[in-house]
Formats: sequence, C-alpha cells, structure tokens
Amino acid sequence: MTFSGLVSQLLEIVLALAFAPLLTGWVNQWRAWLQNRSAPGLLQPYRLLHKLFNKDSVVAETASPIFRIAPYIVFACMALVCGIAPTLSTDLPLAPAADAIALVGLFALARVFISLAAMDIGTSFGTLGARREMLVGFLAEPALLMVLFSASLITQSTSLANIVESLAHAPFAIYPSLAVAGVAFTFVSLAENARIPVDNPATHLELTMIHEALILEYSGRHLALIEWAASLKLFAYSCIGLALFFPWGIANADTPLVMILAVPVLVAKLAVGGMLLALIETINAKMRLFRVPEFLATAFLLAVIALLVHVLLGA
Amino acid sequence: MRFFGIDCEFARLDAPLPIFRARVDAVQWQDLARSVVEIHGQLVSLWGADHRAAGGGFEVSAAYRCADGLLWAYLALDTVQPRYPDIAHLFPAANRMQRAARDLVGFVADGSGDDRPWLRHDAWPEDYFPLRNENTGQERFDPAAADYAFVRVEGDGVHEIPVGPVHAGIIEPGHFRFSVVGEKVLRLEQRLGYKHKGIERRFVGMTVDEGARLAGRVSGDSTVAYAWAYAMAVESLSAAQVPERACWLRALLLERERIANHLGDLGALGNDAAFGMALAQFSRLREDWLRVNAKCFGHRLLMDQIRPGGVVSDPPRDARQMLREQTAVMISAVSELQSIFDEHAGLQDRLVTTGRITPDLARKLGLTGLAARASGGVADLRADFGWAPYGHIRFKPCSQQNGDVAARVNIRFAELFESLRLSDALLDELPHGPIHAPTVAPANTKGAGWVEGWRGEVLVALETDAVGAISRCHCHDPSWQNWPVLEHAVIGNIVADFPLINKSFNLSYAGQDL
Repeated sequence: MTFSGLVSQLLEIVLALAFAPLLTGWVNQWRAWLQNRSAPGLLQPYRLLHKLFNKDSVVAETASPIFRIAPYIVFACMALVCGIAPTLSTDLPLAPAADAIALVGLFALARVFISLAAMDIGTSFGTLGARREMLVGFLAEPALLMVLFSASLITQSTSLANIVESLAHAPFAIYPSLAVAGVAFTFVSLAENARIPVDNPATHLELTMIHEALILEYSGRHLALIEWAASLKLFAYSCIGLALFFPWGIANADTPLVMILAVPVLVAKLAVGGMLLALIETINAKMRLFRVPEFLATAFLLAVIALLVHVLLGA
Repeated sequence: MRFFGIDCEFARLDAPLPIFRARVDAVQWQDLARSVVEIHGQLVSLWGADHRAAGGGFEVSAAYRCADGLLWAYLALDTVQPRYPDIAHLFPAANRMQRAARDLVGFVADGSGDDRPWLRHDAWPEDYFPLRNENTGQERFDPAAADYAFVRVEGDGVHEIPVGPVHAGIIEPGHFRFSVVGEKVLRLEQRLGYKHKGIERRFVGMTVDEGARLAGRVSGDSTVAYAWAYAMAVESLSAAQVPERACWLRALLLERERIANHLGDLGALGNDAAFGMALAQFSRLREDWLRVNAKCFGHRLLMDQIRPGGVVSDPPRDARQMLREQTAVMISAVSELQSIFDEHAGLQDRLVTTGRITPDLARKLGLTGLAARASGGVADLRADFGWAPYGHIRFKPCSQQNGDVAARVNIRFAELFESLRLSDALLDELPHGPIHAPTVAPANTKGAGWVEGWRGEVLVALETDAVGAISRCHCHDPSWQNWPVLEHAVIGNIVADFPLINKSFNLSYAGQDL
C-alpha cells in the first residue's frame, strides 16, 4: 500500500459521500428544465438530508431490529461500493478486497436487507414493494454480472481496478463487445436505480411505486440514510459505467499527479452523464410492470451477446 | 303523456329539456323500470324525500333516461314502514343509491339483498335518518366502530391490499380494497362516503337564491354544471324565460369548465404513466386558461357565475378578443401535444387495452357521460335534446369504441377540440339583450334541471315548501353510475395500472358523498 494509494482511496470515499447528492440534484434539475419547469436548487438533496437528520425517527410498534439496522447496512454497502469502484485512480488499497463479483454481491446484500425491512412492518405496501424489488433484482443482477464479465474477459481479471487500468491504458481501439455491454449496463442501471422507465423516483402513487414503497415506513435519520444511500448508488453506478466504458482520465498507480486532473475530468463526465439520464427520463414513459422482465431480459441478452462477440471476434 | 303503455299520465316540466314527472304505484314502479331496461334506457338517479311536515308523506323517486327525455317517477310510501320494490336487479347502479336512500331517509328496498350502509360511516346510528323532517341534521352521536362487510375473495395465494382513505398523494378520500393474486387484480371493492357533509340536509329551508351558491359547491370541478342544473330546476318551477344571451353565456361557461378539466386530466394521465412532460405542459395550459377565466368572469373555476334567471355578469368588452385569441393558442398547443401522445410508443403501450369496458358491459352497467362515450356510447344531452343554445350551434358529439384508457384519453382530446370550437361559435353568435330575468319560486312545486357536465349528466331535483323555500333538493352526480363500473374496469389488470385507470375515469368523491 502506497501513500498515494491511501490518499486516493480516502479521497474517493470522501468525494462520493460528499458529492453523490449533488449528482442527484443535478439530474433533478435537468429533468425539470427538460420539462419546461423551473428547477429546484442544485443543493436541494442536501437540504432534504439536513431536514431529515434533524427530525425524529418514527418507528412502527411492530418493527423488529431488522427494520432499524437496515438503513445502516444499506448505507454501508453503498459507501463500500463507492470505495472499490475506481473513479479517480486505479491505485486503491481496498480494491483487492472485492472484485466485480463482490460488487454485485454488495448490491444484492443491500437489496435483501431493504426488502426484509419493508416486509418486517407488515403493511401491504411494503410487501408489494419488496416483491417488485425482488422481481427487478433477480433479473438485473445476472445481467450486471454478465456485463462485468465481458469487461473481465477483455482484461483477464475480475478486479475492477485492473479492468479499468488495462482499458484506460490500452491503445485506443473500439471494442464491439464493450459497446454492446455498455447498452446492457445502461438498461441495468436504470432498473437498479429506480429510474424511468422502470420506476418513477418522483411518484407518490402508492400502487405504482417500487423503491418508494419499500421505504414508505421510514422517517427521520433512517430515511435520510436511505436517501443518501440511493444517491450513492446512482453515483456508484455512474462511476462504474464511466470507468468501464469511458475510462480516459483516470489516474493509475504510477502517476499520482494525474489525480489532480482526474477530479475535473470525473466531474465533467458525470455532468454529461446526468444530463443524459434526465433526457432518458423525460422522453420515456414508465413501462407496464410486466414489461420490466422483458426489458431486463433484453439487457441480459445484450450482455451475453457482448461475451459472445468477444469470444468470437476477440475484441 | 304516457310511456310504455303504463297507465299513468306523465306531465312535462317547464324545463328546456324534456323532463316528465308522474306518480306511480308499486306495480307501475316495477313496470316502468322493466320497460326502461327493454328499450335500453338508463337509470339516472334514485332518491327519497320526506314531505310529512307539509302534510304529505314519504316519497321515493327514480329518474330514467330514455329517447324521449327524462322520466321522473315517484312512489308514495307507507310512513310507518317505508318499503319499495328493489330495482337494483335491473339497474346495477341502483344498489348504492338505494343504500344511500336507506341511510338518509330510511326507505328500504324490498328484496335488494344488500343492507350494508353506504353513506353512513358510524357517525350516526342505524335508526337515525338525517333527511327526515323530525331531525335537524345537527344531532351529535358518539361514533360507534362497526365493521363494514367487504366481499371476501378466497383461494390459493389471494390476498388483500387495502388502500386509503388516506392516500400518499393529495387526493380525495376513498377506500379501495383490492383482492389480488401477485400483481393481478381479481376484485376491487370501493368504500366511499368519507366526504359526506350533509349538503342535501343543508338545502332544506334555504331560499332558492341561497341554494344556488350551495349547489355550485357540490363538486368544485363541476361547479358550472351544478349551478346550471340548479338554475334550470328553479326556472322550471316558475316557467321563467331565461334571456337568450344568458343561455349563450352559460354554455360558454360550461364549455370552458369542460376544457379546463380535460386539460387537467390529460396532464395527470400522462403523469400517472410517469410522463412528466405532459403534466408540465398541460398544467401550464390549464393555468393560462383559469387565469383568463378570472380576468373575464371574475373566478378561476367560474363559481357563482350562474344564478336562477340568468347569469351574474357580462364579460368585459375586451374579453371577447382575449377569449378568441386564447382558443386559437390552445388549439395549436393541444394539437401538438396530441401528436406527442399519439406517437409515443411507451405511453401508448400503457394506455391501450388497459382498464377496458366493452360497449356491451357499459350498457349493462349503466355507464354514463364521457366514459360511456369512450365505450361506444353516443348519449350526450347537448346533442340528444339540443336545448338552447346547443340546438343552434351544430354540436357534434364524439364517440370512441375501444373503452380502454387510450379511448378515454382520445375522447378527451376530441371533446377538447369540439368545446374549443363551440366556445368560439358561442362568442360569434352571442345574442344581445339582458343577462338576467327575475324569477320567483312558487310554493309547493317541483322542478328539475338536467345538464351535460364534463363528467356526465348532472341532475338537480328541487321541491319547494309552503313559503317557496327549499324543502328538498337532490343533486345527482354522474359518478354514482360510474364508480361501480370502475370496479369492473380494473378486473384482470395489474395493481400498478389502477391509478391510471382510476384517473381515466376521474370520478368525483365529493359529488357522490354529498
């Protein structure tokens, strides 16, 4: 472990915790602008977190300890994910601890706990949300794994840091397999982050929601942690997508000075990514729930095609 | 006049639409109901009245729509045991109206088989009837918790999802009990009445002029339709002649109310499919529309503009230009949005085949108004009976065949354009003259008003007492007929599509809870 590695690792986690809500605010702002509405301020998610942390948490009488610990587990999972995803540098001391498969596992762990917590209270909406979340999850996870595997095949490693390092510093070439995997990854990200066309993050129609139904019973600091974790998840997915498919500008182990340059590059890439997400959400309507499996099956199929393309073409 | 060979003489009321009234006996009551079913007529409303204070007795009334107009039959009941023959086996929509009549006046439908309360939510006891003469409606009771017997669906994997009356969004209260397998809805049962305010009781003793303000507040989104129906009822009491200019202005207000509601609904329908851009655009258009309402008529929702005898105010001189310019802007803006709706594959996928009511089912269940016209119906009072000014301005009714959410969206677009055209035509041909003629309400008379509001037909039946004050005013909202149909529209759909289906009907809670 080098000193620069430690710095970059710390910097990454701190940056993610501090700026993930900013990305959410940025996407919301663009969504409003694209719909010709006047937008909430960029800092609105921070105001929300501040408000929620200062409120009392109301916990249902029937809640078991699972309900109380779930927000902390979900938050910890997402913070760890942000720690192992190479956003600024590939020289990360935490990276060898968890590879691409563990990354998917972390997302799954968070999902299991939030779904258990939703069912724990015993309301019909929590159960409804948990059921739908599992429907999305069991299809999205294999697709995500396949996407990461096709990147692993190119670089012969399942460690995210190694994958990104080899991709970023390989001679510039167009990988057809990565292009297909990129589309699959976009599909999975939309589903996993509860965005349109799979879920609507802005809805309060109790019968249509997925993610909102899961967290309906949370309030105060618990809700704040979950909202923060949702921002972290969006941030992590965006960073993983950018690192895999647009890896240029990420510092590697030998060039700690490039770190300084890596921050503005990341910000610029996230800004463009956030705009594109808002655009996708504006021009699409939410699909019928029973179309979600088709949507995610398409993502899985694309990921498999990416693998095959790599095996057949070697590119 | 006689109908269907039934031996009773119907007298025509002095209303601009053909409304006939007759006293029937218990046998004729049933014969009439059966005859109306045979000719594919519909039940409009059923209600009870207590006239004992004026020396009369109990009377239950039913109003049917048939090709000749509205038939209002009333049946005198025993004052000790007020019972009348059930008609819910002929008209499914009668079920809730009969239960409401039992809750409010204590009339029992013989053989209905459903004696659960409808509007009574344990706020008053079973043997207390707020619309009876001896009660003031001011009595206080301790709320008693009683269980409401929802129909249970049994089976492997069936479970219930209770929704409401308190919802996550800011909407009116209503309870929906879904029985589902996974995501699929097997049955929906509604429980309404949470907004019961005792409006019908409040009418009693008011002068007819005071009543106009109250009638305009039965359901805020239909205030013009109610105010017009009420004014028509008052005018039919005294055979008052409403000046032509007032009629034209009333129609202009009614069409503007229709347009405002359709704009709001189209945006909300887009939003329920998470198509936020539609909500933003339609909300903007609706807001512009309401602001012009405020400028030209003094109220955004056009409340208290219509009063018995005419209208309250003439729009200012420059209003005509402003209104015309706005309709032109609106036509082009809505056409653009319509093509976005039509060409958006994802949105159409949500709307088409969702919440389907076939024309056959619509007829059987007595669906009415906008929703009926989306299910192959053609009935529209404006076209069928062409009262002034609709008879003069070539109104074209709209109809759709599919009966799904998409059809209800399309019918809204079609009606929007037709109403925009109508409002221009009304302005073009606006006659000159006074806007109000004095009316007096004679004592001990009965009248009715019947108007095609944006949701469907609104009926107001009005009766005066010995000094010309209101002794009974029954306001009927088309939601009474359409709520039960919504229960059928959801069957076989997925739970997540319910908000979309519900919004496509957009029924009134306040209007039916009264």
